[in-house]
Amino acid sequence: MKKQSMPLIIFGALVIVLAIGLTLDPKDVPSPLIGKPASEFSLPELYTQEPFSPTQLQGEAWILNIWASWCVSCRQEHEVLVEFSEKYPTKIVGLNYKDTPEEAKAWLKQFGNPYQITVEDQQGRAGIDWGVYGVPETFVIDKKGIIRHKFTGPITRKRVNDELKPLLAQIDKEPS
Amino acid sequence: MKWLRLLLISVLLSFQSQSFAAIETYQFDNVEQEEAYKELIFELRCLVCQNQNLADSNAELAQDLRQQVYEMLTKQNAGKDEIVDYMVARYGEFVMYKPPVEPNTYLLWVGPFLFLLIGLWILIRIIRSNQQNNELDK
Repeated sequence: MKKQSMPLIIFGALVIVLAIGLTLDPKDVPSPLIGKPASEFSLPELYTQEPFSPTQLQGEAWILNIWASWCVSCRQEHEVLVEFSEKYPTKIVGLNYKDTPEEAKAWLKQFGNPYQITVEDQQGRAGIDWGVYGVPETFVIDKKGIIRHKFTGPITRKRVNDELKPLLAQIDKEPS
Repeated sequence: MKWLRLLLISVLLSFQSQSFAAIETYQFDNVEQEEAYKELIFELRCLVCQNQNLADSNAELAQDLRQQVYEMLTKQNAGKDEIVDYMVARYGEFVMYKPPVEPNTYLLWVGPFLFLLIGLWILIRIIRSNQQNNELDK
């Protein structure tokens, strides 16, 4: 009896292990940057060409969204960001990753602009510093300039409600 | 018939594995730098196409990271460990193709030997029980 049921038990265990494996997302690489100070960069603003660096936002919570006009899932995410920016005062900085200023401007004109500041990272250098490996990616930075959260892939309304809003509310209560 | 064989051979030859997708040509100051560069792009993972290293991948990110490795080696005179640390600080340990031996990777490193031991144990048990059966038969 015991011997005969052995293959079934092994099979069952294998099914469980593989089923757990299926629910994991291999693209969701945990970022080692969470809890670390935001990386510095100085990049030109898309419209004014004035240099912008993250230290300018010291003392307030902000969102860094990495996007590009050639990125298909950014389009999907974009309307969620536009919607968010209309309702909430938190600043969203758009990092235009490996794109051209003309295409970036055209894109923002067509789909709306949720960014208070958009910076150009044509070479993708700041991207490497922020550990970007696929657009879109979004970081939440707190008042002390510490990275608190990273969204990999497009932000959905569900992620805004379940993750982004509670986190921003929590940061809001913290002293600056 | 002969030309068919020729055609087959030429088709097969065209499928040679190309382990070097890297096409950029870089100038190094010395042989050590070049060696370090080659070792690094084989050890670091491309995060876009996760089952390829930087040497194999032609993804844009892989090109950028190769460039970064090159510049760190030649312009900043960074050592191999320094460059690996730089990548790990930004992309996590996942960027290393060869995972470090740490508590959360023990199973990964010990696992194969564990399975080998279990297999040996089962094998010995089967052989023993066969021997016993044979003796009983006698």
